[in-house]
Amino acid sequence: MKTSLSKWVHEEGSAYAFLLPYALLFIVFIVIPVIAAAGLSFTFFDAVQAPRFVGLDNYIALLTQDDTFMRYVLPNTLQFAIIVGPGGYALAFLLAWMLAQLPKIPRTIFALILYSPSMTAGVAMTVVWRALFSGDQTGYLNSFLLGLGLMREPVQWLQSPQYLMSIMIIVTMWSSMGIGFLAMLAGILEISPELYEAAAIDGMSSRWQEIFLITIPSIKPQMLFGAVMAIVGTFQAGAIGVTLSGSNPTPQYAGQLIVNHIEDYGFLRYEMGYAAAISVVLLLMVLFFSRVANRLFASEA
Amino acid sequence: MATRWYQPYIGVKNRGINPEGFHVSQIKFYIVLIPLAGLMLLPIIYIFSSAFKPPEELFAYPPPLIVTNPTMKNFNDLFSILSTSGIPVSRYLFNSILITLVTVAASIIISSAAAYALSKKQFRLKQTLFVVNNVALMFVPIAVTIPRFLIVENLNLLDTFWVHVLPVLAMPVGLFLLKQFIDGIPDEVIEAAQIDGASDLHIYWRIILPMIQPALATIAILTFQAAWNNADTSTTYINNESLRTLAFYLTTLTSTTATGADAVAGQGVAAAAALIMFVPNLIIFIFLQSQVMSTMSRSGLK
Repeated sequence: MKTSLSKWVHEEGSAYAFLLPYALLFIVFIVIPVIAAAGLSFTFFDAVQAPRFVGLDNYIALLTQDDTFMRYVLPNTLQFAIIVGPGGYALAFLLAWMLAQLPKIPRTIFALILYSPSMTAGVAMTVVWRALFSGDQTGYLNSFLLGLGLMREPVQWLQSPQYLMSIMIIVTMWSSMGIGFLAMLAGILEISPELYEAAAIDGMSSRWQEIFLITIPSIKPQMLFGAVMAIVGTFQAGAIGVTLSGSNPTPQYAGQLIVNHIEDYGFLRYEMGYAAAISVVLLLMVLFFSRVANRLFASEA
Repeated sequence: MATRWYQPYIGVKNRGINPEGFHVSQIKFYIVLIPLAGLMLLPIIYIFSSAFKPPEELFAYPPPLIVTNPTMKNFNDLFSILSTSGIPVSRYLFNSILITLVTVAASIIISSAAAYALSKKQFRLKQTLFVVNNVALMFVPIAVTIPRFLIVENLNLLDTFWVHVLPVLAMPVGLFLLKQFIDGIPDEVIEAAQIDGASDLHIYWRIILPMIQPALATIAILTFQAAWNNADTSTTYINNESLRTLAFYLTTLTSTTATGADAVAGQGVAAAAALIMFVPNLIIFIFLQSQVMSTMSRSGLK
């Protein structure tokens, strides 16, 4: 026994020692919160009294009684996610593909410009969006459109239910050239030129064929990494409506996404069990979309 | 049948991927990229410009994009005013700098140590742990704000310096990128060191770390962005105003629903603060971008 223990310490013990600090933080701030969310989702919990087990009630209420969720939050979230996710992702790939065909210096400059919005997504940018979409005539968009004579009255962009969602989508797309974009760009640059030459000899006849038959298959792993980053980024960006409009709930729930709904129930109404059930639904959505991406880009191993 | 616009790359200099110089075929990309880049830059130009605008230009109608008489007034205002709770802005800035430095340093050490074990050590749970970390790439922190809050509360971390640092450190993307990079180091390098009698710690510190500098630079940038731009921690976990960050202060400047003159005067100060938030991101990325690119080429998820 003793020898096997010391052998274990020698061979495996040091590996676990190197892993320990990360693993501890990973467990405390990622694993336990996810398990706790799952656990709390089966309870009634108001943060004052101990959680009381209620079985599936929260989920049933979410699906059958939560009018706001079904009428606004779920459709909004899907609309936002489906446009921003695949849209931002396709844009990132296309731009990466174009940049890869430029010489190093212009490529680096463009990459920097395209990446720069995602460096500071959120906080510093709120200042800009507030000024750009400001509701009176000093707002840039209002002043521009009034100047062109396209409008007579300034529009309260961020307070208007009919515009808020479009603005949220534009703002999020603007910062979608993030780490996934860099991964795809680096991936395309690594593809061996011989592959293209061989394909040309074999009778490749258009640039689109080349993209779908060589470029994408060659960087499948980077495409998958980029897809997962795009999905996570899209759902993580869900707070943008509240940031832009300055209120939760957003005007007539026009920009209400699932993340805001969690905050609304968790921190404004203190129905934490119910909020946890919504969190679980959100995590399952991310998982589902990542599975789809996995289907599309998994390397045949 | 070849369409006319498709020409194979063979034998044509500066066509195709990663060319060395200019070729006419690149013009079409410039036609798309230059206007797009201009559009992407507009908000950033706005920040730079507004931060230096005097009040009369902030008030002007139509609002000018570019400043004509730059002034440091907004910065002076920013640092001379006290926040509503009586904390000078320099305090928020100091907090942000300290938190970011500690977080970046700790993240580099903790993630690279874990990545070294996952990449080069043999142990039973190795594969499982890597898979678990890959699943965690899909983790959306904002979804578990509530359980996280309960945990932080139970660990007595509310209103402490460490609550800014610790939750950011477990960054699955960081571990993933580092592990992929260390995979690229040949095992022979490590075996040779072991034969020379080097300890694990020595191998990690003297051999692995110097060889993965590009990946470390990448982790540094990602952690920097996560820590420096983080306003949520100050909002959720901190009640003590003197422990909050500049990012948080900026959200208080923009969240005031003041209209008219107040909002415009506030815009100058907010733009100055936004510039201070933005510029460090930019400088660090410019310096480290080639290292980031060499790390990202190994970022594939199999």
